[in-house]
Amino acid sequence: MSTATATAAAVEVRDVHKWYGAHRVLDGIDLTVPAGEVTVVIGPSGSGKSTLLRVVNHLERPEIGQVSLGGELIGVRRHRGRLRELSERQILAQRSRIGFVFQNFNLFPHLTVLDNVAAAPVATGLLRKPEAQELARTLLGRVGLADRSGAYPRQLSGGQQQRVAIARALALKPGVILFDEPTSALDPELVGEVLAVIKDLATSGTTLLVVTHEIGFAREVADRVVFMDGGRIVEQGTPEQVLDHPRHPRTREFLSKVL
Amino acid sequence: MSETLVPVVPPDTTRPLSAQRVVPLRHPGRWITGAVVLVLVAQIAHGLATNPFYQWDRFQYWFLRPVITNGLVVTLEVTAYSAVLGLLGGIVLALARLSRNLVLRAASWVYVWLFRSVPLIVVLLFLYNFSALYRTVSLGVPFGPAFWHFDESKLATDLVVAVVGLSLNEAAYAAEVVRAGILSVDQGQHEASAALGLPRRYQFARIVFPQALRAIIPSYVNQLIGLVKSTSLVFYVSLLDLFGSVQSMGSTYPGDIVPLLLVATAWYVILTSVISVVQFYVERHYSRGALRTLPPTPLQRLRANLSALRARVRRETAI
Repeated sequence: MSTATATAAAVEVRDVHKWYGAHRVLDGIDLTVPAGEVTVVIGPSGSGKSTLLRVVNHLERPEIGQVSLGGELIGVRRHRGRLRELSERQILAQRSRIGFVFQNFNLFPHLTVLDNVAAAPVATGLLRKPEAQELARTLLGRVGLADRSGAYPRQLSGGQQQRVAIARALALKPGVILFDEPTSALDPELVGEVLAVIKDLATSGTTLLVVTHEIGFAREVADRVVFMDGGRIVEQGTPEQVLDHPRHPRTREFLSKVL
Repeated sequence: MSETLVPVVPPDTTRPLSAQRVVPLRHPGRWITGAVVLVLVAQIAHGLATNPFYQWDRFQYWFLRPVITNGLVVTLEVTAYSAVLGLLGGIVLALARLSRNLVLRAASWVYVWLFRSVPLIVVLLFLYNFSALYRTVSLGVPFGPAFWHFDESKLATDLVVAVVGLSLNEAAYAAEVVRAGILSVDQGQHEASAALGLPRRYQFARIVFPQALRAIIPSYVNQLIGLVKSTSLVFYVSLLDLFGSVQSMGSTYPGDIVPLLLVATAWYVILTSVISVVQFYVERHYSRGALRTLPPTPLQRLRANLSALRARVRRETAI
């Protein structure tokens, strides 16, 4: 699986707070996503799961706290003993090493499937166009869409679009891939094909941080499960610990509703 | 009442229901309104053709006269320059309006407010008299020494005055058209571009703007057609465009005013028609990917309609 990632990297989230006005979305998050492992975040709507992912790739700036990828701070740098904001160009460069898969796919509708996957490596200067297209074909084959490279996104089913979005994220050879409820916008019968692709990534040693409501998927694939509620991590551990023997009553209450 | 429920014609029992044809519903109302409108159109066409007031022989005489076609070339030149400069200015203004810089946002807003408030003819006359207000234009440190001087009277030919005036005005309207287009692009597209780490310039030029164009084109073509006709105002800054030529010929040959106005009308109609055709194909190009299947070109539609008509005739004659 040489097409997967350059090197899997660990993500460290330290004491992250995020608020909009008086509303606290994240309230002191500490989380380690070990390199090459699959961490699944579960929890009720509005618990801050998606915001946590968006803080990791700096689509949202935390009010307090830091995120690092492979030991490198995201969005800030140390300079003469102080933390300084990075320029937008530097932040964009960091983001290109963090894959992000959206709930609504967000493919570029005016580009073909092949160009959707090949665009970013060319635009960021990672690859030249022929190499990027070669890589894109390989990745589309890996997600089972080798024959649809000339189609436009709107001509595909939701499941196919999400698989293209995963190939697009992989094309930058990211150290970690973040999934924001990747199957929530899909018809039930299309969920399986997307989860199968993510499982394939999981077994290939890519660092994955997945926000999902698919408890079965978490049990099967996750190395660690994190339960969030009200902007805090309530408990975390192996799938057996969190899903089968939850210690916290809030976790038990949530699981009793979704299982 | 009960006997009316019994069908007068016995049902066709010789053929199974699935093999029986349904007689299509007739629409006499459609035929009648269609006929009325056609008669009205024919009357108008007849009036146009036979009323000696229009002097079609003089129309023919003037239509391709060099004095008219030279004016047409001026109209085309002024339109082309102003359309391009106006759109570029509009893009810059729209980006300024959407920028995170408060000063740029405010400046853009004030510009649009000002140029939408002042009538175009006033802008043109103002510029025409500009060289009297500012004799030289110089380039240098603001409020400091100047490095470069331009003599205004040499710089500002009538064509330049007209193009600058129209572009300034056009840019204000184009700014709003472009801004609306950019805002119509889904927020998810901005997020996906940012998440992939695409450089800013690439995000705008390759992801957001091509999608915005789909919304921009119909409104901007509207603007453009308005612009073609606004060029007739440059007559007042002593530039002989199509309308200007017609006006001056009209004062020389007062008996030909009506055919001359018809000549101008015909040319403006032709220009607008050409723009509309181009619009169709440009729109079609940029709807690639936005629609599952592209709309048919007029030729494809004509072919489809003809074959549908043929099939219908065959079906109706078969009954």
